[in-house]
Amino acid sequence: MGGKCPPLVQEMTPLLEVKNLHVSYSARTGEVCHALAGVNFDLAPGEILGVLGESGSGKSTLAATFLRLLPSNGKIQKGSVLLEGENLLEASAQDLRKIRGGRIGLIPQEPSSSLHPTLQIGQQVSDVLTAHETLDRRSLNHKTSQLLASVFPKDAQRISRSYPHELSGGQRQRVLIAQAIACGPSLVVADEPTASLDPTTQQEILHLFRTLRQKLGLAMIFITHNPALLAGLADRILVLYAGRIAEIGPAARVLYSPQHPYTAALLRCLPSHFAESRSARKAKPSVIPGEPPDLSLRENGCQFEPRCAERMEVCKSDEPSAAVVNELHEVSCFKFAG
Amino acid sequence: MRPLLKVENLVKHYAAGRSTRSKDRLAALDGVSLSIPSGETLALVGESGSGKSTLALCIACLETPTSGSISFEGIDVATLDENQQRLFRPQIQLVFQDPASSLNPRWTALEIVSEPFLVQRRFTKPDRTVRALQLLDRVAIPRKLAGRRADELSGGQKQRLAIARALALEPKLIILDEALSALDCSVQALIANLLLELQASLGLAYLFITHDFAMAAHLADRIAVMDRGRIVESGPTENILRSPNHEATRALLAAVPRFIESPSVLVTA
Repeated sequence: MGGKCPPLVQEMTPLLEVKNLHVSYSARTGEVCHALAGVNFDLAPGEILGVLGESGSGKSTLAATFLRLLPSNGKIQKGSVLLEGENLLEASAQDLRKIRGGRIGLIPQEPSSSLHPTLQIGQQVSDVLTAHETLDRRSLNHKTSQLLASVFPKDAQRISRSYPHELSGGQRQRVLIAQAIACGPSLVVADEPTASLDPTTQQEILHLFRTLRQKLGLAMIFITHNPALLAGLADRILVLYAGRIAEIGPAARVLYSPQHPYTAALLRCLPSHFAESRSARKAKPSVIPGEPPDLSLRENGCQFEPRCAERMEVCKSDEPSAAVVNELHEVSCFKFAG
Repeated sequence: MRPLLKVENLVKHYAAGRSTRSKDRLAALDGVSLSIPSGETLALVGESGSGKSTLALCIACLETPTSGSISFEGIDVATLDENQQRLFRPQIQLVFQDPASSLNPRWTALEIVSEPFLVQRRFTKPDRTVRALQLLDRVAIPRKLAGRRADELSGGQKQRLAIARALALEPKLIILDEALSALDCSVQALIANLLLELQASLGLAYLFITHDFAMAAHLADRIAVMDRGRIVESGPTENILRSPNHEATRALLAAVPRFIESPSVLVTA
């Protein structure tokens, strides 16, 4: 069992418990791609967990699995995902309609393709409410206005009457956030929510998430490939590589003293900040050699081993399991195996 | 020394307003001047809508400016006739943000990289293949991927392919319009390294357009900050970073998710 919640909330039941999750996709050629190969972690109520992973890490598969939105060639091989004690993976279609939006909100990646192009924004937010609640017209309008006001401190009225194409990327993202929180879910999954945004808009959206967490006690799973976005936002960070958790722990520890060789290598790739001397600038950024593994050929041993600067013999043949290095900080690496 | 590229007072208006007879104008570029010396990198930093991409299109001669001049190696590009233009265009190449839409997904890597030779009617077929393979080598795309279709390549590989295509006609200046923004962090580092290597070995100049101040600071000799169609501040990278003057510059710097290597400080601007 890995990735335990912080001790302060250990008396409370975890909001989400992911146990031994294995998800794969099958290609038309018959190849099976193991997108998630044994993921275990818990999430406390009101906690923000950053899921840090690059392309092919399995991060989007994780989001899709929680909401049971895998494509037709995706299969949950084994494991369980308990939301407040109930296994999401066994929920019926009827239950799922209530769960999606009602208990888990999703903020998808591309704002421009997630909004209906010919419906006004107010209507699109109201639609989420009517899907889950029976409200009379007056209450519906009131709630819609409130929601829009919570994400648009000014201009909420004007935005309500606008169409998606009249909004900027950042504004569309705010609408998606309003839709995701509309029915008061206890958990919101955000899949690269700031990917297509300008840095200033990015900061505004991150600030909005912090505010909403404070006001609504929302738990959040924030999926991104950019570690810098998680500093100051996430309580804990989970690093995903080739479908397995490389490392999970308090955000500050993972970012400033990463233990897994992949995390350390990834963080070293970030452009060194504002190096002021001429010689340091235009110094080559550090890179991770090689390519992410082909997930249809799951080789024995640690998936990061071919690219790892600290690899040992055992890494070729065995897969490391999670070892506790510090309170709440776990790493799957033979450097720490007992 | 004469700069490679010199842009003076460039203005580009687009018609705004809903009616085709509307006289409203949107000034995407409102008097932009800049210069890039041979072999150097100028980063153009700004938010969406600041005019960076419009500037890129004008410099690459894909848009005609409303007024102002663009000179390349001392020659005003507006004075070139059609034949001269065809000879001139290869000197400036573009790499875009989204390789999925700038590369034909159904063409193979080899076909994509050979296309510039076809367009410019250079070289015989066997020669084109040899040169195309050499270009793939240059950007570290394994030759075994030469026959793969573009949509079968990873994001990083696609972007390398876009760079290889840009190198085909031996340009002197490459304009990279948010070319790294859509890539994973570790892949950005790889491509950034590739760009630096190519610059060192081929003497390329780059116009690096981005909203990522950190990467701009890393790759550029000089930075120019754009805001609402104008360059509001420019200078050597160190100066801009150490003492930004304009409000827009400061706002962009402040918005960079800060990753200070000190355990006691967690900062996001």
